[in-house]
Amino acid sequence: MTPVSVLCLFFIFLAPLAPAGISLINTGLGRSRSAAHAMLASLCVIAVAAIAYAICGFAWQGVAGGPAHSFRAAGNEWNWIAAEPLFLRGRPMDGSPASLVILLQMLGAGLAALIPLGSGADRWRLGASCASAAVLAGFTYPLFAHWVWGGGWLAQLGVNYGLGHGFLDAGGASCIQTVGGLTALSVALILGPRRAKFVTGGLPAAIPGHDAVVVLFGCFLAWLGWLGLNAAGAILFTGAEPGRVVLVAANTTLCAAAGLLAAVATTSVRFGRPDASLCANGWVGGLVASSAACAFVPPAAALAIGLIAGVLVTITIAYVEMPLSIDDPGGAISVHAAASLWGVLALGIFAQFPDNPSGQWLAQLVGIATLLGFVFPLTYSLNWILNRVASQRVAPEGERQGMDLYELGAGAYPEFVTHNDEFTQL
Amino acid sequence: MKLLGFLLLASGWAIALAAVILLKTLPQRSVFVIAGIGVEVLGLMLVVRAHQAARGLSE
Repeated sequence: MTPVSVLCLFFIFLAPLAPAGISLINTGLGRSRSAAHAMLASLCVIAVAAIAYAICGFAWQGVAGGPAHSFRAAGNEWNWIAAEPLFLRGRPMDGSPASLVILLQMLGAGLAALIPLGSGADRWRLGASCASAAVLAGFTYPLFAHWVWGGGWLAQLGVNYGLGHGFLDAGGASCIQTVGGLTALSVALILGPRRAKFVTGGLPAAIPGHDAVVVLFGCFLAWLGWLGLNAAGAILFTGAEPGRVVLVAANTTLCAAAGLLAAVATTSVRFGRPDASLCANGWVGGLVASSAACAFVPPAAALAIGLIAGVLVTITIAYVEMPLSIDDPGGAISVHAAASLWGVLALGIFAQFPDNPSGQWLAQLVGIATLLGFVFPLTYSLNWILNRVASQRVAPEGERQGMDLYELGAGAYPEFVTHNDEFTQL
Repeated sequence: MKLLGFLLLASGWAIALAAVILLKTLPQRSVFVIAGIGVEVLGLMLVVRAHQAARGLSE
């Protein structure tokens, strides 16, 4: 193994802290009666996603320059899906760049599949979340990741149509975060809100998370995980030299810091004091927004990206809940879809390249159009079909009892005295 | 209404792709790609509204 491969492997080993952090955040923002279920679902979803990705995901995603299916249209080759063998056959796990990509992508697919658990908290059945994760990691995620990271048509927009360097994403803002965030939106729409969240004609009921300490500790873990994710992605997918990792780490941290402070300021202005869960979402929103551009922008731009992400997340969380009436307990739609779309666009606005090509921001916009116009309908349709096969939502009795008792038979905190919950009286 | 929303989402994507393929200058492409994303946003709102309406009916 080369020294760069060893360095990359070190960053990949940091990356699992990102799903660990997101799991804690999702669990803390849900109810105490569903806490064990939320953590177990996180582990199960990661397990299913890793296996599905190994079985067929990598076969669809592939690596840049590998075997792929393409067609010719409008005078150019359109590389749309990889043609690797199933079960990772023929790819030696020897520390080569391709093997490192497989390892990182197994984790990336797990993280993407984990994101919808935030929007489906307290009402999404364990089996249904695993089935959704299998579909996401086995098909939706690899398909889009191939277009961006596997030498697909989005990556070739620069070569074929003169749009900058083609669609760029160093750490997975689009492939991981937006794909996961749009799936979270699909799941929230299909499941519907928790009982008594929206009373007809009334304001949405506030159902606070049960453990702010767990949520905030999750933010620390997510930070470490994102450092690994962004650094490994920058090396493997953008060809960044090892020295550039310092810039990646600085930008990731600055984005998160600015996102947090923007959320503190925004919630202080709105509510008169900072809101812990929204501030945590601002921090993660900054991390998410950093992923696309972390290897291409100066630190001052990273600060601006994080600031806007923090404000955007706090505003969209309120917007999703109030006029749109979507119940998203973990804020997954705002944090992972909205902030990541901003991060993808920000790359086009702030990125600096030695050759200064024109049209980079347009390439990023085409990527955003693809996410909204192709990936969202695809992921919604797949989850809709799953819901037709077997209902994704738990029975009303399960919601009343809590997911822990109903699906697992025991609560996460058996020594706590259960109180009458005002949210289930209706 | 939901189907119409998804149709708008796909149409917006098609407009953006067609702009890149068929048009030559950056300003022309930009206008049409942004218009395509605008159509997609309308489609997204329609899908969400369709879910709201369906829920209202079931309640």
